[in-house]
Amino acid sequence: MEAKTGTWTEKKGLAQMLKGGVIMDVVNAEQAKIAEDAGACAVMALERVPADIRADGGVARMSDPDMILRIIDAVTIPVMAKCRIGHFVEAQILESIGVDYIDESEVLTPADEEHHILKHNFKVPFVCGCRNIGEALRRIGEGAAMIRTKGEAGTGDVVEAVRHARSVIGAIKQIQNMDDEELMTFAKNNGAPYELIKEVKTLGRMPVVNFAAGGVATPADAALMMQLGVDGVFVGSGIFKSGDPAKRAAAIVKSVTHYQDASILAEVSKNLGEAMVGRNAAHMPEAEKLAVRGW
Amino acid sequence: MKIGVLALQGDFAEHISMLKKIGVDTAEVRLPKHLDGLDGLIMPGGESTTIGKLAVAYDLMKPLQEFGKSKAMWGTCAGAIFLSKDIGRDQPLLGLMNIKVQRNAFGRQVDSFETDLEIEELKKATDTTHPYHAVFIRAPIIESVSGKAKILSQLEDGRIVAAQEGHLLATSFHPELTDDTRFHEYFISLAS
Repeated sequence: MEAKTGTWTEKKGLAQMLKGGVIMDVVNAEQAKIAEDAGACAVMALERVPADIRADGGVARMSDPDMILRIIDAVTIPVMAKCRIGHFVEAQILESIGVDYIDESEVLTPADEEHHILKHNFKVPFVCGCRNIGEALRRIGEGAAMIRTKGEAGTGDVVEAVRHARSVIGAIKQIQNMDDEELMTFAKNNGAPYELIKEVKTLGRMPVVNFAAGGVATPADAALMMQLGVDGVFVGSGIFKSGDPAKRAAAIVKSVTHYQDASILAEVSKNLGEAMVGRNAAHMPEAEKLAVRGW
Repeated sequence: MKIGVLALQGDFAEHISMLKKIGVDTAEVRLPKHLDGLDGLIMPGGESTTIGKLAVAYDLMKPLQEFGKSKAMWGTCAGAIFLSKDIGRDQPLLGLMNIKVQRNAFGRQVDSFETDLEIEELKKATDTTHPYHAVFIRAPIIESVSGKAKILSQLEDGRIVAAQEGHLLATSFHPELTDDTRFHEYFISLAS
């Protein structure tokens, strides 16, 4: 048999390898090395972390390919990079330089306010954000092989991450308890593909891996998300905007492995220095929220 | 029969559901005390650097090396790297198996692939004749085997993708991502 590349099994399989791990935002090769040494299972290469994108304003785009390539050369773990929502040419460029996963991300300024990328057209796998089950399954329908709950990036406030994770996980429980007759109405009300709703009912979970993102800043935050039932966490600004990035990064990695062991969580939470300066996400004006981007 | 799965990071839940499918009791291993009472241990796919660092941080290296002296151990992908003696770079390794491994040997994720393998030992052990469908993800290859380690499977171009040394087993691919339980059955036969 001929070897087959870019299959659905391959795409979602890499996300399965990342489970129980921490994916860290990094802006250069030195940060990528620090993240790898701390035990990150992958890094997200980008020019500015979400907290800075928020502060700077303006249009946020795909990062310089040269900067991404320098990060690819610096580490052995998978390297992800972000493209704008709907910007399939940025995605083509990222695929051509060999990134391992593309994040079609609301953290960057959307290029299309009605359509996401048709991700089945690519060999490289995609991760997409969601706030609820309907959004998650629409993205999977377009070919996303991994999902992350959006939270509110660049705030250091976990409240929105909790809201979105509870929404998705609660809906999965609800679907499992439904009669088959109820599934089409649920699909209609949530704008979700019917076939995927049926699959969620059969599997008792999403058909792809689901990480938490957007506001995780401490080991306790990461363990909270794991106990709520996600498969792993993304930490964006939370590490390199803190007082001691290497120590905090290693502590969050440990907290995701030992998320059910409070004595280990206490140990790794000691003396981490300053956490990132937070921004209250629950009372942020809607217009400033990144999570509302995506349709 | 109770088989542990190293649950520091990676797709340990997938291994556990395969073991349950063939009626084996399972346990997640995160700390040395979790090894008590186990008949064998699987080390899953994931990131070998992450798994190695967490094993060092929670004093698992010596207990795992002791365990592997007498009990069955199987590493898939990252787990195979962790079992090996040499990978040509500096990261924590158990060094239990006489195999030399090269990480990310096929390139980046877009080069990851699925293919069928003819594994005679596996067919014989499970009394089957059909090929084994293998899933490789940013996979390592086994560059060479030495000592008592023997080759179980090679790609058509000769590159080694599975090896065995007595009760120790290493595969570059991921049987836990398929519906085919033959590799898990084969491992259980080594643990019995």
